Amino acid sequence: MSSQLTQIQPLSQPVDIGDEVATFSPEVEEEIDAHLAKYPVRRSAILPLMFIVQRERGYLDPPGVAYLANRLGLRYTDIWEVATFYSMINTSPVGKYHIQVCRTLSCKIRGAQKVTEHCSHKLGIKPGETTADGRFTLSEVECLGSCGTAPMFQINFDYHEELTPEKIDQILSSLP
Amino acid sequence: MFIGAIGCEPLQLARMHVENSRSIDVYRKHGGYEALKKVLETMSPEDVINEVKKSALRGRGGAGFPTGMKWSFVPKDSPKPKYVVCNADESEPGTFKDRYLMERDPHLLIEGMLIAAYALSSKLSFIYTRGEYRYLIDIMNRALAEARAAGFVGDRILNSNFSCEIHTHTGAGAYICGEETALLSSLEGMRGHPRMKPPFPAVSGLYASPTVVNNVETLTAVPDIIKMGGEPYQKLGTEKSGGTKLWSVSGHVNRPGVYELPMGYDDMEKFIMEDCQGIPDGKQLKAVIPGGSSVYIMRADQIIGKDVRMDYEGLVTAGSSVGSGGFIVMDETVDVFESTKNLTEFYKHESCGWCTPCREGTDWLVKVFKRIANGAGRPEDAQLMLDLCDNIEGKSFCPLGDAASWPIQSAIKRFPEDFKKHLAPPEI
Ligand SMILES: Cc1cc2nc3c(=O)[nH]c(=O)nc-3n(C[C@H](O)[C@H](O)[C@H](O)COP(=O)(O)O)c2cc1C
Ligand code: SF4
Ligand code: FES
Repeated sequence: MSSQLTQIQPLSQPVDIGDEVATFSPEVEEEIDAHLAKYPVRRSAILPLMFIVQRERGYLDPPGVAYLANRLGLRYTDIWEVATFYSMINTSPVGKYHIQVCRTLSCKIRGAQKVTEHCSHKLGIKPGETTADGRFTLSEVECLGSCGTAPMFQINFDYHEELTPEKIDQILSSLP
Repeated sequence: MFIGAIGCEPLQLARMHVENSRSIDVYRKHGGYEALKKVLETMSPEDVINEVKKSALRGRGGAGFPTGMKWSFVPKDSPKPKYVVCNADESEPGTFKDRYLMERDPHLLIEGMLIAAYALSSKLSFIYTRGEYRYLIDIMNRALAEARAAGFVGDRILNSNFSCEIHTHTGAGAYICGEETALLSSLEGMRGHPRMKPPFPAVSGLYASPTVVNNVETLTAVPDIIKMGGEPYQKLGTEKSGGTKLWSVSGHVNRPGVYELPMGYDDMEKFIMEDCQGIPDGKQLKAVIPGGSSVYIMRADQIIGKDVRMDYEGLVTAGSSVGSGGFIVMDETVDVFESTKNLTEFYKHESCGWCTPCREGTDWLVKVFKRIANGAGRPEDAQLMLDLCDNIEGKSFCPLGDAASWPIQSAIKRFPEDFKKHLAPPEI
């Protein structure tokens, strides 16, 4: 028992937040103000703001965490504990195009595995990996509410449904 | 994909195929915002709640709780602000109806929320939408801007004393945030952990104030209830489950889609074999999960020739439940061991980690499933999985634990042959 206990790994690596605080353009600041104005309690804006930081900086990086802590009057750990709960908040860089293939039952029985394999083969990466040029990340995700138009994937926020190998090729080659 | 009504006139799906159905002008041309007008001009908040009670509308988010009753639990004399929160988290596998309601008829949801807010004297409402549905948040924001400009949202709506603001909010990828108390934690900017009930949200919800959380489909039923009256709406369905219900159908059917049926539709076999046009490639029906992934799986012989009535009581009698109304249809090629493994991986991924039975139990179950899938299944594994489920079901902090157990328990019981073939002792 005790030997098992000593094997427990730390759940996450300590993060060095550093001193840098992210800055944003006046337009983005305005967008952030508009979100803050919606809620009687500032903290409620944390997820919308995280998405903005992520959009502007590629992922929620330490300066982004510092910015949110300042802006929301919270501690770094408050930001961090929320960020690590939600699967759409990226605390490490992802590719320019994040291909998220639904793996859940309705898609599975309609050929989700083939979609993943096709993407994997075409991009030369396994699920969970990013191409060396940083263009594509491939992930398998849970039901995205397209079960009736399976199989499907989402690239960033765009839905692509009733996928076939030809359709996948066409979608991937048409990305700028 | 099919979107439409069968066995009744389309109510909630009435404008699904109307050109430009998202715009406020088209909505108003089709009688939009008339129910709100009627409410503001001729009804008291109590009248509205009574009408919804008479309609026998039951919550469409999964639990089927009577909506009018839920609304009447909000304390009228509370000095605190009151909130209406629309649950648009729609993450239950096999469920995709709220998506089309918001995509094609956003003003119907806004009108339903305004009527609910009036009934509950709420001045501020939120639509909590799953993060992946970003395009729907954009659609709702545009519709809200139109409604504000037309005087339906904001201060002194239609020159009455009623003021109400509605905002959209985004989730960020967490199934548990569909559970109403976890949703409220998330909306407050916390990790999405569920909270203890009681107190129920109606008494102490968002920011510890009285809050009503309702599903998109529930709220979009309200304008029609007001327009036609509670009783006529109830009569479309059955005594205990009024009105019509949306069913999302996916998997092995020739015509998947969102179907609006009267509550109590007769019967499930006809629905799958005729309305959804049967199973592709001449295959046989093997199994159906009728209520989103979190309900008991049904064998074909519990459906074929059994006259299963499609409402809350009918599906329970048949051995499952309505849940979120997500039909996952499976043909003879599906190995129920594999399909159950797939869903268990879903629950493991989505367990929020707050309580031990669910967090450790789902993880352990996935390990057992994986070991069996890798060829190291043992005859006693079926019992091991049932024991694990027994330690999760009813012993977890929120219903996700039960939801993770039920698919496994029912699959082992109803499809023992699919498990047995993986559990044979290794040949020497
Ligand atoms: C794990 C879990 C996930 C849920 N997900 C959703 C969901 O995505 N959408 C929803 O409306 N209700 C969901 N519910 C049900 C809600 O807790 C709540 O009952 C519902 O939003 C109430 O609205 P209604 O009365 O209109 O059905 C979920 C419940 C649980 C336990
Ligand atoms: S049952 Fe699961 S999802 Fe619910 S509180 Fe416990 S760990 Fe979280
Ligand atoms: S199962 Fe893939 S979108 Fe629902």
